[in-house]
Amino acid sequence: MTAYVLYGVAALFALAPTAIALAASRAASGIVYGACLVVTAALTVLAVMSLIGEPSNPAVVLPLGLPWLGAHFRIDALSAFFLIVVNLGGAAASLFALGYGRHEETPHRVLPFYPAYLAAMNLVVLSDDAFSFLVAWEFMSLTSWALVVAHHRDGDNMRAGYVYLLMASFGTLALLLGFGLMAGPDGHYAFDAIRAAHPTAGLAALVLILAVVGAGSKAGVVPLHAWLPLAHPAAPSHVSALMSGVMTKVAVYGFTRIVFDLLGPPDWWWSMVVLALGGVTAAMGVLYALMQHDLKRLLAYHTVENIGIIFIGLGLALAFKAHGMAFAAALALTAGLFHVFNHSIFKSLLFFGAGAVLNATGERDMEHLGGLIHRMPQTAFVFLVGCVAISALPPLNGFVSEWLTFQAILLSPQLPSWGLKFLVPAVGALLALSAALAAACFVKAFGMSFLGRPRTPVAANAQETDGSSLAAMYFLAALCLVAGVLPGLFIDALAPVSRALVTTAMPHQTGIEWLTIVPIAESRSSYNGLLVFVFVTLSGSIAAFAIHRLASDRLRRGPAWDCGYPDPSPATQYTASSFAQPIRRVYGTTIFQAREIGEMPPPGATTPARLTVELRDLIWDALYAPLAAFVGFATERLNILQFLTIRRYLTLVFGALVLLLLVLAI
Amino acid sequence: MILARDLIFQGVQMLLVLALSPLLTGFVRKVKARLLRRQGPPLVQPYRDLVRLMRKDVVLAQSASWLFRVIPYIVFAGTWVAASLVPTFRGGLLFSWSADLIAIIALLGSARFFLALAGLDVGTSFGGIGSSREVMIASLAEPAMLMIVFTLALIAGSTQLSTMAGYMASGAEGLRVSLGLAVIALIMVAIAENARIPIDNPATHLELTMVHEAMVLEYSGRHLALIDLSSELKLLLYVSMIACLFTPWGIAAPEADAQALVVGVVSYLAKLAAGGVLLAVFETAIAKMRVFRVPAFLGAALMLSLLATLLLFVSGSL
Repeated sequence: MTAYVLYGVAALFALAPTAIALAASRAASGIVYGACLVVTAALTVLAVMSLIGEPSNPAVVLPLGLPWLGAHFRIDALSAFFLIVVNLGGAAASLFALGYGRHEETPHRVLPFYPAYLAAMNLVVLSDDAFSFLVAWEFMSLTSWALVVAHHRDGDNMRAGYVYLLMASFGTLALLLGFGLMAGPDGHYAFDAIRAAHPTAGLAALVLILAVVGAGSKAGVVPLHAWLPLAHPAAPSHVSALMSGVMTKVAVYGFTRIVFDLLGPPDWWWSMVVLALGGVTAAMGVLYALMQHDLKRLLAYHTVENIGIIFIGLGLALAFKAHGMAFAAALALTAGLFHVFNHSIFKSLLFFGAGAVLNATGERDMEHLGGLIHRMPQTAFVFLVGCVAISALPPLNGFVSEWLTFQAILLSPQLPSWGLKFLVPAVGALLALSAALAAACFVKAFGMSFLGRPRTPVAANAQETDGSSLAAMYFLAALCLVAGVLPGLFIDALAPVSRALVTTAMPHQTGIEWLTIVPIAESRSSYNGLLVFVFVTLSGSIAAFAIHRLASDRLRRGPAWDCGYPDPSPATQYTASSFAQPIRRVYGTTIFQAREIGEMPPPGATTPARLTVELRDLIWDALYAPLAAFVGFATERLNILQFLTIRRYLTLVFGALVLLLLVLAI
Repeated sequence: MILARDLIFQGVQMLLVLALSPLLTGFVRKVKARLLRRQGPPLVQPYRDLVRLMRKDVVLAQSASWLFRVIPYIVFAGTWVAASLVPTFRGGLLFSWSADLIAIIALLGSARFFLALAGLDVGTSFGGIGSSREVMIASLAEPAMLMIVFTLALIAGSTQLSTMAGYMASGAEGLRVSLGLAVIALIMVAIAENARIPIDNPATHLELTMVHEAMVLEYSGRHLALIDLSSELKLLLYVSMIACLFTPWGIAAPEADAQALVVGVVSYLAKLAAGGVLLAVFETAIAKMRVFRVPAFLGAALMLSLLATLLLFVSGSL
């Protein structure tokens, strides 16, 4: 199986030079995206087969990379699951791009990197030794960086690319050190060897921190998220979907692989770190998202929130695992991984929707949109499905994974450590808060872009997007519903992963009558998305039918009522900023130091009154700005080295040589 | 046989909540009016309003989309399903396992999500003001509600509402600090969720402080009837929920005989009446808050419920 998957990855790699060769031709985008679609779809099927077939694939060793090591590739349950996430997302993005990519103005900047990026993400998941993992990881970073700066002349994209490159290199550095520590002085880079060696407690703690920093910076864990809302929106929309929906999941894979698999049995305090970070990330991510009025940036910030939810699940799993509560650990891990899958689906869907809007109007700013539901009814419908799913509302899939996480939290009073007893309820409150705020956030996102009256002529004249883009979005929307009403299938599919990482799995779900899911015991909790969906649909339809038949079905159109004072100007509608104002006032005054400055002209003056809102990103100000200032200062000082005379350079070289020889001698 | 019996009771419950909810609203209005020494509208006035609205034409704003017309049905369906899963006069509802308390809260959350969208659909300033304030209130009320659910679930060992109610009715729990905190928080959340004074005023129109009514301002005819009915159902749901969790006396067991059922129905009606009177007295005695005092009110509910959960994590006996 591994070999077939590698053929697929090789095919993706081969597409990159093909794209360069084809770049001049008009059919290039169709060919490249079509081929990507075929390959990723095939890879998805292979991955599903290896996950369900309880994979026991031997490693494939290729004579690449380090000469004494070779490149190891292997599919186990964990990598099979993430292969599904990567390739399903890749297939949907390729299908979307078949239509979306036609509008690309500079296809030669996007097409060669796109298949290489897909291939790199696949390789990260497939790698079975530290060296190939890191090479693939860095390759993934670089190809995505190239895609971020594809439109480098627009707006702030160059800065976004710069920040991204810095953060990505920093993350890789942390992982490099982490793997170095795990491999030990003899350089046992193969994962098998790392797994067999048990690091001391101190070393393991260091590796954990490095893994959190390395993988967390790629996933967007607060406070390492700074690059994410800059870089994700800058890329073309199908790539944004891949970065937000899929690449953050590859980072989660990296974290899970190191912490659950390679590092050996966990200490209880590890979970404290992960849980605290997860809780803060979830709440901060959604608050940041609420303050945005750029649709794609809002979605990117919202990825941060979902990463937080995933890390809460993983943190709980770590806590239960450390205390030997295998069933609870299986529940928490399944919740986290199910959310990985769900988020990859609906976040891709939402980014596609944002891309379709961007294509139709040329606008990402919600304050210039509005009323698109009339012009783009189908996009509006699928976008709405995505919004409902991501807001964790039943009967769609986002709710199921959050529900499972809540169930895991409800098992945690049994944890003996006092730190966790205080932390877990707080994290639960943060999770509940972020779920409620997420709904607010997506009322805003959908309401401002698609509802109301068009705020600009471009929004008023938008055209419905093309067929293949719609097909991709409908496909993902259907998956949201299927995973929401039949979660048992997905939970069962995750059983091998959970068995491999925490020794046991959740009870088998598909056999339970009426397709209910019962995480622990029937008396304790159960949920049936299918029945909820059927009930809601039935009672809604019966109500509609009865009222139309028995009471009245007449309908007249008239001007809006608005308490008798309707204003014809669309500028009098609520905007994204005014919608978020109450929430900004409640939460933002401390977290963002939000200040509203009203300028009221004196009576008789003809200047308009203005209201400006100032928000400060405290994390940026406290962490990144001093760092940047320090680096700037240091480079300024070191700059003199550039203007020395040849004699001084020679002295420096000589001095360095002597120093090195001394070091060697000692 | 048992299945058929349970199915019938589930159906009875669905119809009962639908039939009783306007009565509860009418009752609260009547008591409030009497407290103000007014005659007040007759008890059946909400039914008459619903029938009148159903028969009227819908006047739809020109800028309204298809979503605006679908939302009343979604809101109604979500609220109705949620309300029919809360035990009223008899425990052990047949479909109680299909959605536990977390899912019931989330169903109400879905209804609110769509209602807030409806406020934005026509593109008027009143709709926007209602929606944005509603989501602000919800952003505090929903986590508080979830923490209350956590507290109750940790005590009862289940998130199934029927199981919880059965556990509470069994008398295994005496007075507990965390339960006390939870009931105060739950009442605060229920007041906010049902847009009652001091958070919002259900009797107002054309007032800059209104929230729920501003959101549904553009609705008319049958759509408005459904929205009103959903609000009434939601009020009934919260009163029933508080009743079945904190005053579980009299609820008939699943295998109860006819006599127990009669006791169940009578005690349920008594509880509804008591809840209605308390609500009316409370609303008459207190003035409405400024909108930006609401976060403090709901923040207190959130803190109380978080404290209740923390107590349970720290000690099994508090």
